[in-house]
Amino acid sequence: MFSAARQTALRQARSPCLRPRVTSPLSRDVALARLLSTLAVLEQREGELNMSSLAAVSAAMKLGGSITGFVAGSNVKAVAEEAAKVEGLEKVIYVDNASYDKGLPENFAPLLVENIKKGGFTHVFAGHSAFGKNLMPRVAALLDVQQISDITNIESEDTFVRPIYAGNAILTVQTDDSPKVVTVRGTAFPSGAAEGGSASVEEGVDPKAECPTEWISEDLATSDRPDLATAEKVVSGGRGLKSKEEFDRIMPPLADALGAAIGASRAAVDSGFADNSLQVGQTGKNVAPQLYLCAGISGAIQHLAGMKDSKVIAAINKDADAPIFQVADVGLVGDLFEKVPELTEKLKQ
Amino acid sequence: MSGLRILVPVKRVIDYAVKPRVNKAQTAVETTGVKHSMNPFDELSIEEAVRMRERKAPVEDILAFSAGPTKSQDILRTAMAMGADRALHIVEEKTELEPLSVAKLLKKVVEDENRNLVILGKQSIDDDANQTGQMLAGLLGWAQATQASKVEVEGDTCTVTREVDGGVETLRAKLPMVITTDLRLNEPRYASLPNIMKAKKKPLVKKTMEDYGIDLTKRLKTVKVMEPPPRQGGGKVEDVDGMISKLKELGAL
Repeated sequence: MFSAARQTALRQARSPCLRPRVTSPLSRDVALARLLSTLAVLEQREGELNMSSLAAVSAAMKLGGSITGFVAGSNVKAVAEEAAKVEGLEKVIYVDNASYDKGLPENFAPLLVENIKKGGFTHVFAGHSAFGKNLMPRVAALLDVQQISDITNIESEDTFVRPIYAGNAILTVQTDDSPKVVTVRGTAFPSGAAEGGSASVEEGVDPKAECPTEWISEDLATSDRPDLATAEKVVSGGRGLKSKEEFDRIMPPLADALGAAIGASRAAVDSGFADNSLQVGQTGKNVAPQLYLCAGISGAIQHLAGMKDSKVIAAINKDADAPIFQVADVGLVGDLFEKVPELTEKLKQ
Repeated sequence: MSGLRILVPVKRVIDYAVKPRVNKAQTAVETTGVKHSMNPFDELSIEEAVRMRERKAPVEDILAFSAGPTKSQDILRTAMAMGADRALHIVEEKTELEPLSVAKLLKKVVEDENRNLVILGKQSIDDDANQTGQMLAGLLGWAQATQASKVEVEGDTCTVTREVDGGVETLRAKLPMVITTDLRLNEPRYASLPNIMKAKKKPLVKKTMEDYGIDLTKRLKTVKVMEPPPRQGGGKVEDVDGMISKLKELGAL
């Protein structure tokens, strides 16, 4: 009841002829915050809520205003109820339909558009993940708005900060588009508590759009280690490891000793030392762990783009002039084939 | 079985090896006198289109496209030297085009030129938006496969393996469709000198924005562009013990 009343108020407030404008800047801000309403697009996989997608909620909390979560897939009500406990969410909209399980944008985009229009949201946030990157521009195009990708900060309800040129420049942009479609960088908006919230759960509209694309199969790298994108510690290897055998011999023990995720440079991935999904950099994953420890990585700008927001960077490299040493808090010049095993042994003690 | 009429949009960007500098007025990145090249992901798009033809897929023609300043013709010539048959250049000197505008422009080109496959790079390395391909697919209502690392065409069916978080997934769709390229898709060729000479004779059509009648008003206003806060290296340590104690000191262990 309350939310319905608020929606009406929102709609009225948006058409200036219906309501006198509030003039005092302070009260306008307060009024504005009350009028902001964000749809946070959440990801689920086989009935499990993807915790890293909660970055969309954290970003929305920073923005202010009400926050509604959105999930879709088969038997997704349980996921919606789990999401309802997330701090900051006021409501969770779910759409139970197996055709949304794989997050294919051809039908997921029309689904979102319908629910965005119905809810009259001022902002739509999603994580800048493979899912968000694939889906949100299609949503933005259908809504005829210019999306803002991979934001790292929010200055105000219409002004956002994002890195460009592989993080070599930081752009602040302002938009008058409505709704504002935004993808957020997970490492810039760490997700808050997944407990303690008590949002209402509500079924959304399902336009049941046709999907011309057929999902065939997937091949996901399985790992017991922490997820690279959200790990507290990351150890990363580069071309200096020379071969896949050496990479597999040297890096996993170090990762185990630290309880870290394993990453790799593009050179290591291209040479087949490590799986593609481990690549850190402009075209791979962005990480910002407490500790990023890298060995045999020179530090090309494309790599730095993916890790330079790490709290502490440590590097082992035999070339004392490698650019990685310009950003590393702790640098050790030496042969990684000696130093890394030594480090692993000493860390175990 | 329909033939493939491929459109490959390419963008001229600051060369990936150049470290960009923010201008004094903090309004943009300095571009004058800086080496520019074809966006690396777009090289992969051209390469893939050419390889489709070499793999005997029924490629009717490959049209390279760019919207931007006159100098963009250099990269269109490169695209033709790599194997594109012809090029279309929409000359726009003043405005930096936003992905939504480019997608709208591309939609018109797709319709005018009767295309059934568009291969774009997954992102341009200047604004790192990663939007144009998805927006175009949305506007056209076509199937999309982004971040492709493998593309197989059989008749009018495309099977695409795409890079996702944690691995790969495989999708299949009938043409028409939009594909965006990931780095793993292929290794672009170098244009040989004879091919560079031949490319000079291939047709390059120039048009202007007015020819397309699209509202290109920018939706985003640049408030400012800044250098990222510099990260100070903390110096080097002598040995592994030094590294461990420094890491402990920094609270990382």
